Amino acid sequence: MPALPLDEAGKYVAAAYLVFLALVLLYVAIMASKLSRIERELGELSELADRSPAPGEPAREEQPVA
Amino acid sequence: MYGRGLRPLSIATVLALIGAFSLVFFYAPNDADQGFVQKIFYVHVPMAIVALGGFVFGAIMAIQHLRTGDRRYDMRSYVAIHLSIILGLGVLVTGSIWARASWGHWWVWDEPTLVSFLIVFLLFSCYQPLRFSIEDPERQARYASVFAITAGAFVPLNFLAVRLAQAYTHPRVLGTTGGDMPGSMRVTFLLSLVAMALLFTTLGKYEMASKHAGQQLRALRARLAAQATAR
Repeated sequence: MPALPLDEAGKYVAAAYLVFLALVLLYVAIMASKLSRIERELGELSELADRSPAPGEPAREEQPVA
Repeated sequence: MYGRGLRPLSIATVLALIGAFSLVFFYAPNDADQGFVQKIFYVHVPMAIVALGGFVFGAIMAIQHLRTGDRRYDMRSYVAIHLSIILGLGVLVTGSIWARASWGHWWVWDEPTLVSFLIVFLLFSCYQPLRFSIEDPERQARYASVFAITAGAFVPLNFLAVRLAQAYTHPRVLGTTGGDMPGSMRVTFLLSLVAMALLFTTLGKYEMASKHAGQQLRALRARLAAQATAR
């Protein structure tokens, strides 16, 4: 096949590089969602740790939030 | 532990990618035969090499896991294969776009390079369903390692089969003659390859760090729950 003219070849080249960019962005988005899940779990754990008293300490009462 | 050195690695990756793509569009000449559409080569081929390298790395880590029983090797194997599948998908899509532009077809079934890559890709695509169909973590890791080693053996076999095949539509870029690339194209290609390898390493490290943090969190949750029930 003869070489495509620049205006037509440009579409294919742009599409290929956009596919690469889209894959990287998709991967980063998946990683971001995993990170936010870890953050949420960490928050839950820190709440749990705050609620449970340290060994030898009496249980703390819940303080109302102002 | 896995997050160590991530910041400089990420910066190096971004700089390498910017440098590689700048060379692709502003330094490397247009191909005499294919013209501007040959620029796809600089993203397609490095992605293919890194994806196949990742599959082999995943198999090597699986061997290490079976030899030592250390779960960290299993995690490395999983992450390498996971990333390679994503890059492999990119290889198939960019390759199809290039094929359409150069040969007039999205896919050529009698071309050994294309079909053998598709076989390797489909083989490794079975890795995750197989892995997550097993509940027991020990068995899951062991079976996944055996699968990764078996599938990994197909990568060099495919290279060999493709080299021995006679009919080619797909060009041989890295032949013994070096593919007859002029210096500017070769430098651009090598930088693209380095950038892709850095991207693979960086994303792999991110995923390892995220998985490790998740495991630590689960262990901490179990410990806190055990303490709460003991009281």
